[in-house]
Amino acid sequence: MNILVCISNVPGTTSKINFKEENTAFETQGVQFIINPNDEFGLTRAVWFQQKIGAKVTVVTVGDASCEPILRKCLAIGADQALRVDLQPQDGFEVATQLAAICKKESYDLIITGRESIDYNGGMVGGMLATLLEMPYVANCIQMDIASDEVSVQREIDGGKESLSAILPLVIGAQKGLVEEKDLIIPNMRGIMQARQKPLEVVPPEAAAPASKVQAFEKPAEKGPVKLVDAEDIDGLIDLLENEAKVL
Amino acid sequence: MAVVVYIESENGTPKKTGLEVASYGRALADAQGVSLVAVGFNLMDHERINAFGVDKLYNIDTQGAVHFDVERYSEALAQVTTKESASLMVVSSSADGRYIGPIVAVKTNAAYMSNVVGLPSQYAPLQVKRTCFTNKAFNETQSTKERVVLSLSSNSYGLHEKQGTVEVLSGDYPISSNSLKVESVEKVTDKVSIADADIVVSGGRGLKGPENWHIIEDLADVLGAATACSKPVSDMGWRSHSEHVGQTGKPVASNLYIAIGVSGAIQHLAGINASKVKVVINSDPEAPFFKAADYGIVGDAFEVVPVLTEKLKARMQ
Repeated sequence: MNILVCISNVPGTTSKINFKEENTAFETQGVQFIINPNDEFGLTRAVWFQQKIGAKVTVVTVGDASCEPILRKCLAIGADQALRVDLQPQDGFEVATQLAAICKKESYDLIITGRESIDYNGGMVGGMLATLLEMPYVANCIQMDIASDEVSVQREIDGGKESLSAILPLVIGAQKGLVEEKDLIIPNMRGIMQARQKPLEVVPPEAAAPASKVQAFEKPAEKGPVKLVDAEDIDGLIDLLENEAKVL
Repeated sequence: MAVVVYIESENGTPKKTGLEVASYGRALADAQGVSLVAVGFNLMDHERINAFGVDKLYNIDTQGAVHFDVERYSEALAQVTTKESASLMVVSSSADGRYIGPIVAVKTNAAYMSNVVGLPSQYAPLQVKRTCFTNKAFNETQSTKERVVLSLSSNSYGLHEKQGTVEVLSGDYPISSNSLKVESVEKVTDKVSIADADIVVSGGRGLKGPENWHIIEDLADVLGAATACSKPVSDMGWRSHSEHVGQTGKPVASNLYIAIGVSGAIQHLAGINASKVKVVINSDPEAPFFKAADYGIVGDAFEVVPVLTEKLKARMQ
């Protein structure tokens, strides 16, 4: 079985978010980049399939050379090989188009994307990629089992979950639940050493245009200080919520 | 020319998020002087939709199929969009809305923009404000395509009624060759989901254990609120994943968010930042949540919250 895990290089969850060039670009200075958490849940499940049923795991990212450290980390976690499409994408559609080109060159039985990246929060790459490839897509995937080419999956829905079945090939949008936080693999020294020897191929991008462009960024207005209410004065809190905030 | 909106429903009744999408769609249609076309599946309550200024409703009969089917629903939406030559389509930011949006966008050769807050700043080419970096920032995104699918952030526009005269049409329910099939759905039916909720009551580690969650649930019941939890609480298995809110969990954009015993890690605050009014109840005055909240009580949740619940209950009666 051939598994492709699509990886996004994102600022760490505790990063300070600032912009430069008159608020048209993200300030990367001093920011630690990580594997997008949703993608890492997917990668961890892929490595589990690799160990259980001998699947081959390829990771891919669309980005410039600055993404290579996280690809090496994916290899240290257990992926067999890495691809980097050499393009700084402008939107999720452009990423999906490049990934679709990769998937047309080599056939993958299972394609894993993250539910969304934690930087642009577009949440579109998986669904777009599946549609471009005419494959089924399961968003917000919280469970997946495979028996030969039959897959049973669960999707998190508002207020519950949905169980689905499908035949491979399939695209999923991974999130927490697919594996637990405690199942995430912290690379050991052997994994890190091996990762240096594993192939990381740089692929030239296909000619394609983005569907949208970010014009400018903006940070939310500074919030005023909290209004503290005495723990004995619950009526005071209710009054504020009812008459000042008008939310009751 | 038209604006097409997808109205989600539950047992034939339009959901609040669906009506918010209709309200927003009406404003888009008015701004461009075009009609507002809604697409729904097995809707039984046309009056409710009429009250939101929909000009034309394609009410598609799924012939007994009860579950959301992304492939067939997206195909139906794409067909209506093409038929009505719509340049704008709006879906909600519910789990289903975010699922179907990108798929319809590719099918109709449209750009897709999620987490939209506010009306477009321009229409040709379309440009809207979106949240990004999990609510830590906004951006203005401009389409390079003629057609755009927007996913509207919940509670960002609100409900705006406008009486109209809706023309109700039936529509085709396309078949799908796709192998994906919904086998079953497990849903907590007596509770409001986080996506639909006006008010969310959230608990953190300060509640000391899952056996104390009745404090959260009682308050949520009185307020008709959804319950949520912090990441450590879901990691420890006190509550299910579906309640975890924050950067790697669900985003919350409620009108009122009440955090009880939640310290307010940066990832949690990012996830709930789009909520309009935030209240924190925590015994630790140094908890970071106090910096992000509008109202706060420094106090023991086990004492404060039951009193709040009782007083709200008395007030409702």
